[in-house]
Amino acid sequence: MYSDNPRKFIGGVHPDDGKALSCEKPIRVAPLLEKYVVPVPQNIGKPPKVIVNKGDLVKKGQLIADADGFVSVPLHSPTSGTVGETVLIPGAVGTMIPAIEIISDGQDEWGSALEPIPDWKNTDREILKKRICDAGIIGMGGAAFPSHVKLSPPPEKVIDTLILNGAECEPYLTADHRLMLEHPNCVLEGAAIAAKILKVDRVFVGIEENKQNAIDAMKERAGKYGIKIVPLRVRYPQGAEKQLIMAITGRHVVAGGLPMDVGCVVQNVGTCAAIRAAVVEGHPLIERMTTITGSPVKDPCTWQLRIGTPVAEALKLAGGIVAPAAKLILGGPMMGFAQATLDGSVAKNSSGILLLQAEETGQYTSNPCIRCGRCVDACPMRLLPGPISVLVESEKYDQAEQAFVMDCVECGACSYVCPANRPLIQHFRRAKAEINALRRAGKK
Amino acid sequence: MSEENMKPMEEVVLPPAGSLLLSSSPHVHQGESITTIMLKVLICLIPAIVASICMFGLNAVLVLLYCTAFCAVFEYLCNFLMKQPQTVKYLSAVLTGVILAMNLPATVPWWICLVGSFVAIIIAKQIFGGLGQNPFNPAAVARVALLIGFAGPMTTWVTPMQGFAATSDFTTGATPLGTAQMASGTEISLTTFEKLESTDALMQSFIGNIGGSLGETSALAILLGGIGLIVFRLIKWQIPFAIIGTTMLFTWLVNTVDPTLTPGALFHVCSGGLMLGAFFMATDMVTSPITHRGALIYGAMIGLITCVIRIWGAYPDGVSFAIVIMNALVPLIDRICYKRPFGWSPASASALQMRRNEVK
Repeated sequence: MYSDNPRKFIGGVHPDDGKALSCEKPIRVAPLLEKYVVPVPQNIGKPPKVIVNKGDLVKKGQLIADADGFVSVPLHSPTSGTVGETVLIPGAVGTMIPAIEIISDGQDEWGSALEPIPDWKNTDREILKKRICDAGIIGMGGAAFPSHVKLSPPPEKVIDTLILNGAECEPYLTADHRLMLEHPNCVLEGAAIAAKILKVDRVFVGIEENKQNAIDAMKERAGKYGIKIVPLRVRYPQGAEKQLIMAITGRHVVAGGLPMDVGCVVQNVGTCAAIRAAVVEGHPLIERMTTITGSPVKDPCTWQLRIGTPVAEALKLAGGIVAPAAKLILGGPMMGFAQATLDGSVAKNSSGILLLQAEETGQYTSNPCIRCGRCVDACPMRLLPGPISVLVESEKYDQAEQAFVMDCVECGACSYVCPANRPLIQHFRRAKAEINALRRAGKK
Repeated sequence: MSEENMKPMEEVVLPPAGSLLLSSSPHVHQGESITTIMLKVLICLIPAIVASICMFGLNAVLVLLYCTAFCAVFEYLCNFLMKQPQTVKYLSAVLTGVILAMNLPATVPWWICLVGSFVAIIIAKQIFGGLGQNPFNPAAVARVALLIGFAGPMTTWVTPMQGFAATSDFTTGATPLGTAQMASGTEISLTTFEKLESTDALMQSFIGNIGGSLGETSALAILLGGIGLIVFRLIKWQIPFAIIGTTMLFTWLVNTVDPTLTPGALFHVCSGGLMLGAFFMATDMVTSPITHRGALIYGAMIGLITCVIRIWGAYPDGVSFAIVIMNALVPLIDRICYKRPFGWSPASASALQMRRNEVK
């Protein structure tokens, strides 16, 4: 199954990657800020329950919101200080979400309730799993799905492969790249812990070929853990779960299925580093690597930021802007979320803060589909984006569903290539929402 | 903030409030637009345009100018009268005009260009809803209409290389396909075909020193542009491949079975509108199948229908008829060649149904 040749998937596009802005610069650790605003709903599933009140004194790493159910993870204080107001801030997708203010006391004193487990090799799997949940770890590549749930497949599913996603196919972002280059041991040890929990011995790390130094750094140390590094073809969306599994194992996740249906679990490399920190050091997830980049940014670089760092403060760290910016994006340019204001905060899944100038991110009017078929060639899910969008435009959701619109992974490759500048992904999101609403209403 | 971490900062500029745009992802674009695609196709037509001007002189220039101008004006007027956004800037109408000119003999009067442009832009395209909505290739429809309506001027083939001046005093002659059709099945068929298939005649036909419409004469010029189309990924290579392949195979078969019926494969590829149709007309994005498999079926059917019309039909050439007929079948082909998404399997279909029930 495994060879040194870069692997391929169907379709895809190759945008300008823009990674040169920040990929050579070492990770910088952000200085302590006076105030953090920690968003409460961060994970997919149920948001945690806030357990602190205004005026409470908290230590760094102390629990401030507790998990509420299985698909939910707790939240921890990014530093020591006082709990401030609970405010409403814009979340990544634009809705207003509650967030807890933590006013720093400048001491940055640890008060984590988690004991380090240095001897994790001889520790019970359930304890490790509980630790990952207690540390508040969620998918840090962007999905924000609680990691302990991913690591608890139902007993009837046989898992034989753990795949680490180091593809980082999103243009501009270099957070995973720098992490793998500078802290390969953290990533690999985290992967080994996850592999122990899943009882698998096949562990792969998929890395796009444009990160050769990261591949080398990881390869040098991977042998010790029995982990294999797989160079991947540079093509967006190489890091999409189903595409990654196909490229590395050759297995096809069936439509509507999950990776565990084909015996795979996929974890982001950042998540693995967080798992190691939680288990070996007893640190909950209060920091992450975030790339602050884009041509208007004065000093683009990857930063180690506390969760809850206000976006405006993060931009100040990077020196602000030197050219007018037209768009602020949380995440990468292909799947990230545009922000209207700087009031948001860095969350556990914010892999990047990206600014784009007006000429880099045009505003377009939608033109009629000329059926050129470029979207068809670009679609990694082998859908027909153009014809489906025409169906959605005329609100033929039934036909759109028969045309498999629900299988769309919203990677944006079709919109990226569309010469008619059609907002294809927007149409598909609308169709999915409408179809889901219909299903829920029981009409289907 | 702790002192040692503080860098001496000058004034930090942040994006001012209200300056940020909101939109759905993706936030970047490849940069290709409909206009640039049409422009690239026009560039690929340059060899054919140059060749036609070399062959037919000023007459060709006039036909080209008339057709492009009329097509653009009709598109503009139609948008203007129907209060629709202007689509002339997409150059789609200009492209239709050039391709229509390629389909006309150099000697046609200006009013034939006018009628052709009207049929192409108004009847074949705008009535169906304009850019992207037309089921039939506008230029092919116009050519078919003119061929049926004005058979005289449309089949007066001037002999090429008679000097540059625009003149009405020219020698005319039959096209090789016309000669072949006349001779087919008669006593002189074998000798005629032998003459038509001689290396010299084929060479002349390939370069373009034969009678025909502007774009039909030089197979070489069209081929050059066609390679450009494929290299720049403006067309699906499957379409010309299937058309030319099927034509060669079918005519070879017929020629082998009954040599008096029609000349061989090479003759058919080099003559008539086959090259023009295969590379520039059948490949029109709007009116051809969207999947690669569909493109193969579509191309093969066009090749087959062309051969049938050429060998047994009333017209010497049938490429535009074949294209229009197959345009009508494109929705059907698209339906047959519907792609199954990544990860599709009969089992997954039922798995999907189960998940749907869960959501219920």
